[in-house]
Amino acid sequence: MQSLAPAIVELIIVVGAMALLMVGVFSGKKAFKTVSWLSVGVLVVAMISTVSLPVERTYAFNGMFVIDGFAIFNKILILIGAAMAIMMSFDFLAKENLKRFEFAVLILLATAGMTMMVSASNLISLYMGIELQSLALYVLTAINRDSSRSTEAGLKYFVLGALSSGMLLYGSSLIYGFAGSLDFGEISQAVAVESVPFGMIFGLVFLLSGLAFKISAVPFHMWTPDVYEGAPTPVTAFLAGAPKVAAMALLIRVLFDVVPAMQDQWQQIIIFLSFASMAVGAVLALVQTNIKRLMAFSSIGHVGFALVGLSAGTESGVASVLIYLTIYLVMNIGAFALIMSMRRKEGMTENINDLAGLARTRPGMAAALAIFMFSLAGIPPMAGFIGKFFVFMMALEAGLTTLAIFGVLMSVIGAFYYLRIVKIMYFDEPVGEFDVGPSRGMKIISGGAAALIVLGFVWPAPLIAAANLAATSLFM
Amino acid sequence: MIIQALTFYLFATIAVAAGFMVIASRNPVHSVLYLILAFFTSGGLFVLMGAEFLAMIMLIVYIGAVAVLFLFVVMMLDINSVDMKQGFLQYLPIGGVIGAILAIELLFIVSSWSFGGDTSLIAATARPVVSEVGNTQSIGLVLYTDYIYAFQAAGIILLVAMIGAIVLTHRSRPGVKKQNITNQVHRTPESAVELKKIPPGQGI
Repeated sequence: MQSLAPAIVELIIVVGAMALLMVGVFSGKKAFKTVSWLSVGVLVVAMISTVSLPVERTYAFNGMFVIDGFAIFNKILILIGAAMAIMMSFDFLAKENLKRFEFAVLILLATAGMTMMVSASNLISLYMGIELQSLALYVLTAINRDSSRSTEAGLKYFVLGALSSGMLLYGSSLIYGFAGSLDFGEISQAVAVESVPFGMIFGLVFLLSGLAFKISAVPFHMWTPDVYEGAPTPVTAFLAGAPKVAAMALLIRVLFDVVPAMQDQWQQIIIFLSFASMAVGAVLALVQTNIKRLMAFSSIGHVGFALVGLSAGTESGVASVLIYLTIYLVMNIGAFALIMSMRRKEGMTENINDLAGLARTRPGMAAALAIFMFSLAGIPPMAGFIGKFFVFMMALEAGLTTLAIFGVLMSVIGAFYYLRIVKIMYFDEPVGEFDVGPSRGMKIISGGAAALIVLGFVWPAPLIAAANLAATSLFM
Repeated sequence: MIIQALTFYLFATIAVAAGFMVIASRNPVHSVLYLILAFFTSGGLFVLMGAEFLAMIMLIVYIGAVAVLFLFVVMMLDINSVDMKQGFLQYLPIGGVIGAILAIELLFIVSSWSFGGDTSLIAATARPVVSEVGNTQSIGLVLYTDYIYAFQAAGIILLVAMIGAIVLTHRSRPGVKKQNITNQVHRTPESAVELKKIPPGQGI
């Protein structure tokens, strides 16, 4: 008799999503509010249920599903990201006439896919998680179906996503062919030989390409700016947070659970992805005028920085990636809460220049946004600095001096465009006022995130301890 | 044995020829019909390999559902294949290069697979004993037990696809008259029928 207990988080979310679908269909006009709040409730219950999960590595479902400290850590991050995304979406969707209860249900189902991704221990469960997540995200991106930008973004994301799934499957089939198994553990035994078969390396390259698409690492980043810009802003806020965490966690699991024996081979790939992502993220962001596009390039750059820690290929390297991702998630939630509050009488604005003189018209909002920008740039005394500090340290410890120096250079270039926003807010003449300030919910979310960012610099010990614990469980 | 080989070559030739005709024929409806032929013959090839379940899936899902759906779409959309082939020559070089690279890669992989040094990996590949259970039966044995997780996940993915299709296309149209059975049943003769007294010879 197998136990279902290790999959409690997924079960709660999926059953909750299906129940809420019924609630939504039968509760008529009030469906949107009811379902949205209830889905936040489902996510909170799922978060609480993680305490019942074992920190030691436990398998379920005939070895297709694994739970360990690493999975739990990432699941909590994903659940926080999803709950925040739903809470941030209320005002925006109401104002833009997008009050559809399916929004929250789709976010729940995407979240279920992500939690499945971080617990994958078999190529089939890996693919199932990715597909569940992606399919829900494609629909969410196109959910504003009367806007051509949103539908175009959805279509682009779908076509390119299907291509990346194809690459991933091609790679998986090669790995299956050469290892003779779909199970992560058995594959890792099969590659632990003197000379790894050529096809195995090929399969790994294709698998990593598919995963690099999901974390939008260069050269698989082409979709990111268009999708981030076209999607409704709450969806962008969601896309930039939880799915990145899930895909990065999956990448880490594949690298350390499936092919630890091929570290020489994959390290080169990760180092290349890291170099390219940092460069593209920093340089192309300089010329953006749309703040959502800017955040897209910024997320590409941040993936590059996170990969610096991963290229170290050590346990503390993994811990540094987890620290980085956590801080990145908090910064993103806060920044997007403020971006969604950029509303004029005639509608939403996304132009960076519309922020001019914000410090005079809305000092609180400007101060909070400035905190997030400083943190994204990695300037102390913000938590963003801690994240960057750890990944670069780990790279130096692993002897990747060039990569670390290049990373520091790129964060200097990146600092320019983050600080440009601060300059526009504080030193430019106001061009007009936002007609309503952030709503109470947005104030709480962005204020809380800003407080966490500052607190993360002053007292990072709990985060570091948790990340270390998670990383250790991956190597047991 | 000779009959099996002959059947194989017959099916294989037809499959390749049909596959070629899918991209070569001028009429899109013919293309879809050739596609059905290709599916059918590859179903035959599966039977030859002893994979009768896959052959049935090929028939039911690919021909019965997917190809027929293609046929509907092609007939409804009135696609002009001359327009579609306009960019063909333009994209031929880049497409050819990518195809060639893929072919070379496949060649590398296959060669390393057949002649590689360590064959113990491949020998360890689990393979069910064909003589003991048919493959439909063996799939049935593991699908709802060992692979229940993947099976359920696939079900949820299909649910997402369904929600997505409804979210993106369903519009509630105002002013549509629908049958309401409760209202119909609750109608009484008093509310439905009005009796008028008509004096003779005058009309209403």
